[in-house]
Amino acid sequence: MVTLNVNGKQLQADVDADTPILWALRDTLGMTGTKFGCGMALCGACTVHLDGAPIRSCMTPVSAAEGRKITTIESMSASRVGKAVQAAWVKHDVPQCGYCQSGQIMSAAALLASNAKPTDRDIDAAMSGNVCRCGTYNQIRAAIKDAAATLSA
Amino acid sequence: MRTAFKPSRRNFLKTSGLVIGFALPGAQRLAEAATPAEFKPNAYLRVGADDRVTVVVGLSEMGQGVHTAIPQLVAEELDADWTRVRVEQAPVDEAYKNPIFGIQATGGSTSVNGNWGPMRKAGAAAREMLVAAAAQTWKVDASECRTEKGAVVHKSGKKLSYGKLVAAASKQPVPKEPKLKDASEFKIIGQNLRRLDTPQKVNGSGKYGLDVRLPGMLTAVLAQPPVPGGKAVSVDDSKAKQVKGVRQVIQIPQGVAVLADGYWQAKKGRDALQIQWDKGANAGLSSEGVTKMLTEATQQEGKVARNEGSVGSASGAKTLEAVYEAPYLAHACMEPMNATAWVKKDGIEIWAGTQSQGPNQGILSHVGSVDPKQVKVNTMLLGGGFGRRFAPDFTIAATVLSKMAGKPVKLVYSREDDMRAYFYRPASVTRFAAGLDESGKPVSFTARVASPSIMEASGFMKLPPDGVDSFAVEGVKDVPYDIPNLRVEYSRQEPGVQVWFWRSVGHSQNIFFSESFIDELANAAGKDPFEFRRSLLGKQPRYKGVLELAAERAGWGKPLPQGVHRGIAVAQSFGSYVAEVAEVSVDKDGRPKVHRVVAAVDCGEVVNPEIVKRQCESAIVFGLTAALYGKITFKDGQVEQGNFDTYPMLRMSEMPKVEVYIVKSKEHATGMGEPGLPALAPAVTAAIYKATGKRIRKLPINPEALKA
Repeated sequence: MVTLNVNGKQLQADVDADTPILWALRDTLGMTGTKFGCGMALCGACTVHLDGAPIRSCMTPVSAAEGRKITTIESMSASRVGKAVQAAWVKHDVPQCGYCQSGQIMSAAALLASNAKPTDRDIDAAMSGNVCRCGTYNQIRAAIKDAAATLSA
Repeated sequence: MRTAFKPSRRNFLKTSGLVIGFALPGAQRLAEAATPAEFKPNAYLRVGADDRVTVVVGLSEMGQGVHTAIPQLVAEELDADWTRVRVEQAPVDEAYKNPIFGIQATGGSTSVNGNWGPMRKAGAAAREMLVAAAAQTWKVDASECRTEKGAVVHKSGKKLSYGKLVAAASKQPVPKEPKLKDASEFKIIGQNLRRLDTPQKVNGSGKYGLDVRLPGMLTAVLAQPPVPGGKAVSVDDSKAKQVKGVRQVIQIPQGVAVLADGYWQAKKGRDALQIQWDKGANAGLSSEGVTKMLTEATQQEGKVARNEGSVGSASGAKTLEAVYEAPYLAHACMEPMNATAWVKKDGIEIWAGTQSQGPNQGILSHVGSVDPKQVKVNTMLLGGGFGRRFAPDFTIAATVLSKMAGKPVKLVYSREDDMRAYFYRPASVTRFAAGLDESGKPVSFTARVASPSIMEASGFMKLPPDGVDSFAVEGVKDVPYDIPNLRVEYSRQEPGVQVWFWRSVGHSQNIFFSESFIDELANAAGKDPFEFRRSLLGKQPRYKGVLELAAERAGWGKPLPQGVHRGIAVAQSFGSYVAEVAEVSVDKDGRPKVHRVVAAVDCGEVVNPEIVKRQCESAIVFGLTAALYGKITFKDGQVEQGNFDTYPMLRMSEMPKVEVYIVKSKEHATGMGEPGLPALAPAVTAAIYKATGKRIRKLPINPEALKA
């Protein structure tokens, strides 16, 4: 049994310490917004924030999260940055199949929380760990810039 | 009257024609099931007393935007208020058969093409019934009424919203031939309306197959044979059963499944299995062997797919020969294959992101020995499809496991399982020969294609009597250029790997082959590749139209930055025409960089231009990923790739600028989920040839061969 702080709530999860955060979230806590793509931190679909920093939850065991704060897509609208990112995603109608977009949004929100005016290079660096098989990269870039403009207004 | 583009190769699936669905028995039954609070004139839409319009779509949403485009067709003729339109996934029913396939399935870029007429009629019929209801209420003639934004308006100015007419409209007879709008009257078709599925895809609430959770459900992870056709001869599951949370180990034809409380436990259990495999006949399978087999086959005469004039008697003043090759490819949908099945006493229920809910109903009824009516298929959102989710391997296996376990079972492929489950785009080799006359005009063109047969692999088609798999030759067989002597042959070769439909199917490799060879001919003729093509497309106005538009918008012939070069290619697939110009540089290590792609599209009348553009861009990324990185290779019978480290995807930092231009067209609407793909690779490799003088005849592009 581990105690996880997820989106501001203390939750008990009956899982082994080596269980990746992803599966504790999805299978034990029933929060399915965070997606499984590769299981090897190669695609970014499972990105969540741990104490505000983006991590790949498919490779990070719950033992690494004890006493720390996990933030997922389910609570993005509760933060100013998350809200702006989601609004920009809607404005640009970014998703196609949409499966990677939770992870894309989590990476983008983490980028904007630490860098208010990211350059194209900053965006490349922050987002190149997130694969989109539908190829929405140009729309993601545009949405990030739009969210940055909203946040600095 | 213009009719839907029906690729002949799809005719195996006896088409039901463009019959308006609600004339079908199933549609009527569904219509009768409506509650009194709703107006439900047919299976495709409901109007609520609250003015809400629900469009019920039988097609699968896999990113292509069909859950927006189909509602647009219905809403247009209904004169609905778009802000009140929502979409709902349909169950499996006769009413939702794909008009082109004749089965309920999504693929082949058929959705808009096949539903352009039927879905508009569904909306138009409802509109006429609402008008009749209002006229009756007001005791006026229907001709004095018009409709706008979800309301009937009388010439006096009286107005009733559709919601207020629900009861009266339900009593009206269903018109058999409702009047459709002229395109000049369109207010919703042709507009860049927002996708209806976006909100749930940005807040994590959208439910994909993998997100299904049922009470008492077990999660299964499968140990698949390491070699195609291999079988487990002995299984030691003692260590697997010691893993906490593992409940059962079950051997099925597809492999050995470990069932546990969740994915992580099931995967740990699966990894702890000790299995002796009989590798079977494919133990020696290697990619070198596949290449040799296919290449040798092109040295022999094949089955004739097309034969015009006499290639033998017209060799020309200058002759060229070239051999092209493309590898097996995995689809690598972002959501790995999965399905949740529950075999109950009174039937089967399945939840899956599937492109083939109709066929699945039949297939799973056989698996469970029940009547098809007892199989309920719940179509979830698809985390990518690209043809892969047309296959029933994961739904069958999940159903078998649920039946044997006596519980609901969610079967999940790990990324590696997904990539190593076969169902690949076939490997293919094509040998070309051509002759040019003194003026550089091609006088003969021969292509010999050797590849496995998707038709035979599909399980629902057979090679036709002429022995030509139309999927294997599409894109070569239909080379559009004005060449008097032309011959295309096909040789079926089966290295032993399950092949399948992959985004744009045969065009995905064949357009690379044929358009690259055309580029070679242009070069041999000393002509500009754009002008060369244009001069041979006199009888092909739609090809020529997109070719010219792409060249113009790309600034063909105009100077480029130092080291950047252009290539061009054109293709027709699924009835849509696309030309692409790629701007590419190659660095000293031989690595190509694609800076910009300009595409021109003619897909007939357009439902949602922005979705058309996005689909084209998406297909460009898919094609570029394949051209740069895509290959599934075999060694000692085993697939060498497993995850995104060994099967890389294009990433943000590599993304080119993409511009898509749409030709204004009054032709029948055709699909765009796939047609943006085929022209990409030959446009890129033509630019690489310009940059380096090196001709790429084998995909993926090998930087080693391009080093300065």
